[in-house]
Amino acid sequence: MAEVGKTPLLDELENGPWPSFVKEIKRAAEKNEMSKDLLGQLERSYEEKIGHWKHGGIVGVKGYGGGVIGRYSDLPDEFPALREFHTMRVAAPSGWFYKTDTLRTICDIWERHGSGLTNMHGSTGDIILLGMTTEELQPTYDEFAEQGMDLGGSGSDLRSPSCCVGPARCEHACYDTLDACFDITNEFQDELHRPMWPYKSKIKFAGCANDCVAAQARADISVVGTWRDAIQVDQAAVAEYADGGLNIQKYVVDKCPTGCMAFDAEKKELTIDNPECSRCMHCINVMGKALKIGKERGATIMIGAKSTIVKSAFMSWVLVPFMPMEAPYDEFKELCNEIWDWWDENGKTRERLGETIYRLGMGKFLRDLGIEAVPQMVYKPRSNPYVFWQPEDF
Amino acid sequence: MALTDQGPIDYKENIPPIIQENYGKWEYHEYPRPGVLKHVGPAGALYSIRVGTPRLLAVDSIRDFCELADKYCDGYLRFTTRQNVEFLTTKEENIEPIINEVNELGYSVGGTHNSMSSIVHTQGWVHCHTPATDASGIVKVVMDDLHEFFVEDKLPNKLHIAMACCLNMCGAAHCSDIAIVGVHRTAPRMDHDTIRRTTEIPSLVACCPTGAIRPDPTEKSVKVVEEKCMYCGNCYTMSPGMHILDAENDGIAIMVGGKVANARSNPEFSRMVIPFLPNTAPHWPETVAAIRNIVECWIEGAEPGERLGEWINRIGWERFFSVTGIPFNDKLIDDYIFSRESFRTSAAFKM
Repeated sequence: MAEVGKTPLLDELENGPWPSFVKEIKRAAEKNEMSKDLLGQLERSYEEKIGHWKHGGIVGVKGYGGGVIGRYSDLPDEFPALREFHTMRVAAPSGWFYKTDTLRTICDIWERHGSGLTNMHGSTGDIILLGMTTEELQPTYDEFAEQGMDLGGSGSDLRSPSCCVGPARCEHACYDTLDACFDITNEFQDELHRPMWPYKSKIKFAGCANDCVAAQARADISVVGTWRDAIQVDQAAVAEYADGGLNIQKYVVDKCPTGCMAFDAEKKELTIDNPECSRCMHCINVMGKALKIGKERGATIMIGAKSTIVKSAFMSWVLVPFMPMEAPYDEFKELCNEIWDWWDENGKTRERLGETIYRLGMGKFLRDLGIEAVPQMVYKPRSNPYVFWQPEDF
Repeated sequence: MALTDQGPIDYKENIPPIIQENYGKWEYHEYPRPGVLKHVGPAGALYSIRVGTPRLLAVDSIRDFCELADKYCDGYLRFTTRQNVEFLTTKEENIEPIINEVNELGYSVGGTHNSMSSIVHTQGWVHCHTPATDASGIVKVVMDDLHEFFVEDKLPNKLHIAMACCLNMCGAAHCSDIAIVGVHRTAPRMDHDTIRRTTEIPSLVACCPTGAIRPDPTEKSVKVVEEKCMYCGNCYTMSPGMHILDAENDGIAIMVGGKVANARSNPEFSRMVIPFLPNTAPHWPETVAAIRNIVECWIEGAEPGERLGEWINRIGWERFFSVTGIPFNDKLIDDYIFSRESFRTSAAFKM
């Protein structure tokens, strides 16, 4: 077992103005042997510059294939409390809003069963509970289930969808990201808890093109809020910005990527050629009191994003330029099912949706799903004449 | 048996009354001071006080946050996508005491508007099985160094830094203003016995994106064509016998200029500008200095409102390297899959 006070390298990281993760581990270690051993093993990693966690291992709770990630120390004799040190992912509420009662319930359950260490939250958005034995998995889950809580995704399943703060605290939300996330996550509970696909799949809900949840960077299905009528302009508020000293020409009009705006400095009037607007959000971000998102709202559905491993990072590209996003989200759910069916049939093991489409071609994907190609899907058309003509083209 | 498939807890039961009343009706927001947001709707104003955390939190620290939220926020708080805590209050007079108490607990208020937000990061040596370096430690020393940019909003635009502890690049690091990426640089060392015992050989062969792994019938295992390996570690995830961790040679790469937002310009990937820095725990001085240099050059050169990548796109990458003094070398020129689009096919450039 690790002795407290024998971690000189980690102790260095208790200084400085930024809050210290070492203090957090030490705080948990006051009450828990696992956290104490974690401190010892981490110090060893700092000395040797190498990780000491063994390759995963399949552990879980009854009825589920995901939600728990197996983790074992490769130094179990020296740090016996880390022999089994699994992660449990607990599904978080949309927008990560909590009543303190809810958080205390989570803390109390976790303190009884595991290390007392958490991540609030993991990158995917789940509450991450770090460090528990195999034996404790089921009782811990049972307690969470009794409190109406559930696990998140892991492995080759639907990872927990997440969303930006949306209409709960943002005037730019083009649809109800929190409700969409909650409703659609509930719809796909089977896909989320029981891994059955080639690899992981993600859905992220961003309320506008500012994409505060990085949907376009990481979600196989990225839902990005937008509108298809006109930006709402309050000319009196425009004048107030001008009077307040904002250089509207320089910081708004000249920064517009499509050049669809003009500012009459004398009249203090802003005009927008809306059909030419690409709805990038810049002007609305700068002049939020004067410019508002349009009234006919929905989302652009983009597909294919993933991080680097293995065929390079992909960013999502446009599949459906505009889809209304109103409960019960039938059109969206149907599209998800069709996309996943196609990927499940065509994807190789550990191949994300974007990689499968890249390997087989966007043309095949669109033909198989019966989706019509539109210019919004690409920056530019192909520069070679090597078209895969289909029998039905003749 | 316990209930299954209950789904996430209902957000509607966890949002404060002011949000229920203003839900979908917010009119605008302002930045009264660094780390504080003021959102205004028909039912009144909501103040959010944003607090940076190390992400790794002991339950007692979460309870500290709960106590503060009970005292000042009627028992409500939220977390952000970048692992900050936000205290939500309708009372302007609560802002100052919340900030004071948060500071007393050892946390900082900031991360809004033109500031640096918390560094999104992975588990590193704390809990990952393929890390090339730690994550929490590097985040800590970089945030210590750049702390002024978290607590004040004096940057040209926001600054999003992300840290991924291996080439998997978990955590959307690939679209960040600055990405700190743990890198392996040597081919996996094979433990044939473990491979034989635990691994489906055809799957292991198939998983290699460059075709560097071949069956080895005499060993009933595999062999690696070292010159084809780019050290992604995908094989280690398929087989515990493919040891990719290398204490001597693993380290850190720096990538810059990415963004996710569509505002003004399209989303961009971060691009590698420093292929390797040594793994000098616990202070990583080379990484800290490299990032500070990039941030200072951006502050010096950017026009108001320019993200790091927008500044680079305006001056050109060739100028970025001369301005920052970062040496360019062949390792920064893509030779993986999508290289061609990055070659300069124009004779018009800056000398």
